Amino acid sequence: MTTANTESGSHATGGVTLFFAWVAVGVPLLWGVVETLRKAMALFH
Amino acid sequence: MAALLSKERTIAKPGFNRWLIPPCALATHLCIGQAYALSVFNLPLTKQLGISHSIAGDWKLTELGWIFTIAIFVLGTSAALFGKWVQAVGPRKSGFVAALCWGIGFLVGALGIKTHQLWLVYLGYGVIGGCGLGIGYITPVSTLISWFPDRRGMSTGMAIMGFGGGALIASPLSDFLMKHFASATSTGVVATWVVLGLVYLVFMMGGAFGYRVPAEGWKPAGWVPPPEKAKTLITQHNVTPGEAIKTPQFWLLWVVLCFNVTAGIGVLGQASAMIQEMFKDRITPSAAAGFVGLLSIFNMAGRFSWASLSDKIGRKATYMCFFAIGTAMYALVPLTGKVGSVALFVACFCVIISMYGGGFATVPAYLADVFGTKYVSAVHGRLLTAWSAAGVLGPVLVNYIRQFQIDHGIPKNQAYNITMYIMAVLLVVGFFANLAVKPVKERYYERTAGIGGRAEHRVPA
Repeated sequence: MTTANTESGSHATGGVTLFFAWVAVGVPLLWGVVETLRKAMALFH
Repeated sequence: MAALLSKERTIAKPGFNRWLIPPCALATHLCIGQAYALSVFNLPLTKQLGISHSIAGDWKLTELGWIFTIAIFVLGTSAALFGKWVQAVGPRKSGFVAALCWGIGFLVGALGIKTHQLWLVYLGYGVIGGCGLGIGYITPVSTLISWFPDRRGMSTGMAIMGFGGGALIASPLSDFLMKHFASATSTGVVATWVVLGLVYLVFMMGGAFGYRVPAEGWKPAGWVPPPEKAKTLITQHNVTPGEAIKTPQFWLLWVVLCFNVTAGIGVLGQASAMIQEMFKDRITPSAAAGFVGLLSIFNMAGRFSWASLSDKIGRKATYMCFFAIGTAMYALVPLTGKVGSVALFVACFCVIISMYGGGFATVPAYLADVFGTKYVSAVHGRLLTAWSAAGVLGPVLVNYIRQFQIDHGIPKNQAYNITMYIMAVLLVVGFFANLAVKPVKERYYERTAGIGGRAEHRVPA
């Protein structure tokens, strides 16, 4: 297997791509955690 | 299309940032993790015909329970059946197929709900979606271990954390969508399933096309594989899936996973009722729902934190912690009811559930240590049959023993005590099974010209 077989798009792995990739999964996850914690507060009331 | 999905097209160029792989794995697992939030549809699905209340002909909860049971059963069996294929074709093609199965599963299920044909929901969500669950679950494992040989536990823990986190997103999202689509003539479930199916399809496709595999011989900068020592569990050799299931280590780990999951899964399904019955008149239904939410967060957090810890203290020691601490916690639970301490009860179960999640997340790295990295997805797929078994064993133990106790005159607040002690005993058995895991004997190794994973070439036997 040589690098010639790889696709050119795979090299575009700069900081921006990394940032948006993590935001795409991080934001929904954070939203889910906050919503769940909000409901969990009822346990402590 | 076939060429676009081929493993060869996914080989990363030099300079590729390996931290792009965990978000792809999370994209897959956050979607399939929706399975844990399926119960949010239970009540609306019992009112599909009556809309505001159940009428004759509406589905019953017992019939609806089979949707989840079928999906989890198919998850285990499809992971076992397709594990070798997932390993062979690479993460992009398997991620693509998982996305199709999961998305189409929802759409077929929605058609079943719309036409009120339950068999179509079983087929769609349970069977087609279940294949998406199984294939999607094991898809990123081997790729992550290849990219993070120095942090196997953390990397797979991050992905499998997504499976726990998926429910945290799906539950409020489904509530929101059902409210949005509900009308005088509809509960909004059909439209919600269509939207979820399409959103998951797009999101999982994004993850599938983002996967890259490292080039042959790639290693993280500055990382040197630890030298293989006698008696250490971490091997540089590989064991094929066919040989792996012939080893005692595989079956010991099967017991380890099965009992660890059994202990957690029964509690997760019964948590709301359990806290309300053990602390009658002190815990309201909304507080109990809060307790379930808290458990979901600990389930997710435990996946990442325990698996990351396993990189430092070793997999065997991590499971020793699960079984030793878990036994103590289960033995303590009846006491919390006796002294009436809700805080102690909640604390015990948060720790127990964190270790339930941690068990799932640590096992791929444990398998890679014991059987090598080359076939880890395939071996992992076969081990997940332990999950299917635990999915039956856990709820049966909790529900049936509780009912047996109540039928014999035990007050409801004490009806779980025997179950807790049985769970503690299961964890003791798991402790000794884990203790018995030793390095795989040389005769099981794949016959190779050299050692060290991808650089190997088969030689004639």
